[in-house]
Amino acid sequence: MSTVFIAFQKTEDARGVIDAILQDNPAAIVNEQPAMVRIESPEAITIKRATVEDLIGRRYDLQEMQIHLITLSGHVDESDDEFKVSWTR
Amino acid sequence: MDDLKAAKKLGLKERYALMTRGLGWDTSYQPMDKVFPYDKFEGIKIHDWSKWEDPFRMTMDAYWKYQAEKERKLYAIIDAFAQNNGHLTLTDARYINTLKLFITGISPLEYMAHRGFAHVGRQLRGVGPRVACLMQSLDEIRHVQTQVHSMSNYNKYYNGFHAFTHMIERVWYLSVPRSFFDDAITAGPFEFMIAIGFSFEYVLTNLLFVPFISGAAYNGDMGAMTFGFSAQSDEARHMTLGLECIKFMLEQDPDNLPIVQRWIDKWTWRGTRVLTLVGMMMDYMLPKRVMSWKEAWEIYFEQNGGALFNDLARYGIKVPDCIGQATVDKEHISHQAWATFYQYGAAADFHTWMPKPDEMDWLSQKYPNTFDKYYRPRFEYWAEQHKQGKRFYNNTLPMLCQVCQIPMLFTEPSDPTQICYRESDYKGEKYHTCSDGCKSIFDHEPEKYVQAWLPVHQIYQGNCFPADADPSKPGFEPLPEVLKYYHLNNGRDNLDYEGSEDQKNFTAWRDLATKN
Amino acid sequence: MQIDLRTVTIKPLRQTFDHVAAKIGGDKPATRYQEGTIGLQAENNFHYRPLWAPEYEIFDKRRTDLKMKDWYAFKDPRQFYYGSYTINRARMQEAAAAEFEFAEERDLGRSYPAAAKRRAIDVLLPLRHVAWGSNMNNSFCAAYGYGTAITQPCLYQAMDQLGIAQYLTRIGLLLDQPEVLDTAKQAWMESADWQPLRHAVEDMLVTQDWFELFMAQNFVLDGLLFPLIYQRVADSLAAEAGLVLSMLTRFQVDWYAETSKWVDASVKTAVAESSDNQALVSDWTRQWLERSRAALAPVAKLGLGAGSEAALSEVLTQFKARAARLGVTI
Repeated sequence: MSTVFIAFQKTEDARGVIDAILQDNPAAIVNEQPAMVRIESPEAITIKRATVEDLIGRRYDLQEMQIHLITLSGHVDESDDEFKVSWTR
Repeated sequence: MDDLKAAKKLGLKERYALMTRGLGWDTSYQPMDKVFPYDKFEGIKIHDWSKWEDPFRMTMDAYWKYQAEKERKLYAIIDAFAQNNGHLTLTDARYINTLKLFITGISPLEYMAHRGFAHVGRQLRGVGPRVACLMQSLDEIRHVQTQVHSMSNYNKYYNGFHAFTHMIERVWYLSVPRSFFDDAITAGPFEFMIAIGFSFEYVLTNLLFVPFISGAAYNGDMGAMTFGFSAQSDEARHMTLGLECIKFMLEQDPDNLPIVQRWIDKWTWRGTRVLTLVGMMMDYMLPKRVMSWKEAWEIYFEQNGGALFNDLARYGIKVPDCIGQATVDKEHISHQAWATFYQYGAAADFHTWMPKPDEMDWLSQKYPNTFDKYYRPRFEYWAEQHKQGKRFYNNTLPMLCQVCQIPMLFTEPSDPTQICYRESDYKGEKYHTCSDGCKSIFDHEPEKYVQAWLPVHQIYQGNCFPADADPSKPGFEPLPEVLKYYHLNNGRDNLDYEGSEDQKNFTAWRDLATKN
Repeated sequence: MQIDLRTVTIKPLRQTFDHVAAKIGGDKPATRYQEGTIGLQAENNFHYRPLWAPEYEIFDKRRTDLKMKDWYAFKDPRQFYYGSYTINRARMQEAAAAEFEFAEERDLGRSYPAAAKRRAIDVLLPLRHVAWGSNMNNSFCAAYGYGTAITQPCLYQAMDQLGIAQYLTRIGLLLDQPEVLDTAKQAWMESADWQPLRHAVEDMLVTQDWFELFMAQNFVLDGLLFPLIYQRVADSLAAEAGLVLSMLTRFQVDWYAETSKWVDASVKTAVAESSDNQALVSDWTRQWLERSRAALAPVAKLGLGAGSEAALSEVLTQFKARAARLGVTI
């Protein structure tokens, strides 16, 4: 199965999303690079709104991710509650 | 009451559908084929536009909100960087030359993407893809402007930035990226989507905006880092658009497969050739390097691109043949390109230099199969010549590939000591290409590629001198006249980094800043 | 590395790019609007002709009959580049979002008086499609126009109109069930009240001269439609049923006031260039004015009933005064 990845700028705001990914995707691996954080995982990465909200202590709209997202690879499936990147559709 | 609650619970997808595709209608006072005249001639068959899956579902209000937030952050950094003379915190002023290549060679492409997506965003019959294309068109004008604004401050203090709009239309190596985009935009709208939405955005921009920009950050350029990463966050949307478009075509009709396959083959190769410039920027022009071109290629092209092609295999898409050659080339092209620019440094709008001994060692380590064997001896020889006051400049003009327009500098995949040439006949004329990939592109559409404005041909035809130049006058020197036509300030924008005005100024200004 | 640079003053080699300096009268500090606009579009040495329009270069002055010595004579008085544009729109959307949230939380759609609701739905919702037509027409100008000074704001206008179509959609969802949007589309497609307008919009969709299209859409049609709907009809609804609809269409009112400044500046520049341009622009204006007036008459009636003719003729009078002020002869 192909690997997917997603990368964020290394900022305070992105922290909550990165932590939420690590919490909900046990297979995910973090790779730190200058000014950016790249997360890889076999098959899929799912970002759950509820987890991010728990971690940052406020309401979070998954589209806010646009502000610190750098890049990703895979198909995107977006709903109000989840943002999923995967190679299976 | 219950009904009202149900109405409020519309999910993102349903809501977005009402906000976009619900807006369109089938015209009846004017035929649809007249309203959308360009989306059929390429032979792509679309039976049901409503099957389009929107990749990102942003309404305009959300778009304004989040993009404005990104812009506020970006311009705060650009302002701070300029106000604090951030350019003096760079590792080394050689780095600035990557930015010159960026503003002259890449920023104008962002502009073309803006116009190209406005065109496709008007012409595709489906509302879903049209909205996504227009949003991309808007993002792309953002990219060109944030790049120009970030580099505006460099232009004030360094040479080589001052005439980027003029140069992209004329300078020999800038016709490489220019013709790439001219090729895409003059193709039909579906081919444009493969060329830019898929090949350029999905397969290639990661290589530019991720490892290279990470390298900019590593070299102390906060401005470039911010516009780069900030642009790439839009690219995430663009890539999913490109991918969706390809799947949509393949799912709509089996007859689309061979057409799409040919475009993928063509544009993967066109893009790979353009990336030669990025390879050279990463290996030679970044004073501190995050990773080699080869490593970046392996992660972002072989690994990610591989995952993508695995996914497309279920539609019958095959990995393009050219990947075989690209895999061999990844160990060569950055060195071959830099060797070329070094030789033609008198006609380039940035400075060139030979790597320092420790940099050559890094290259040996990153390219164990090729650097010491094929490139180091030549580079050491040139470095030695320069030390003796005999900096080598090549004064002849190179032959260009009719398709990618790169000088004939690439070698045979089977023999790195042989320059690769291919030849085609069309209407009694011979045309030269640099590779099997470019030859096959030429042979498929010769009537298009014979139109190419090849800078070297144009010089020989006398079209690249200032209006007041007289080539028939005794003692006429073509090179300085060509440089004038380019608006390239001879002795300031070009030649070796060693001894350049940029080098002197950077050293003097940094001394001012760090000493009493 | 930490460098204390506060005391360092270094002299710049130049203030701006050559092509910007050439247009702003020499090497002096340029604004972000200027550096992000001037000269960005390629003009020379194109490599290939478009397969889809081989009679033209990729960007070609001959795509309109309007003639300009310098296409960068057009200027956007708002000085919008992407950053200033989005930041401005983000402010406007924040205000609009607050209005919508307020109305949604208090369920103002449900308590809105039935007759006024019917009228609002009948008039406003089919206008989603008119806004979408404008999105297409302005993206046409952005794609095939000449020079970033005019094509850039056309794309912003296209996206704004998409935003307006989306705000109108939200009004529909606030006032009623989603099916109401289908009903409105059916009216747009079939109802006699809407056919002259749909016919005019579809004729614009096939208009090939982009500056004619700019005039037809941004100057003439919107120059009648916005005052008619967002002032006259909105006022009449407010008199009958309170300010809810005025709140929810505030974006359109503010937007029209702002974008008119840009449209006016562009018309004025085109007309002032030459007597040929003046005649051409006047001619286009007259043609599309007659067309738009006739197309809007039944819509005005739908929105205003008996008073519609008077209202439309007042709007028309104002428009003619505006045109005269800009040098357009009607």
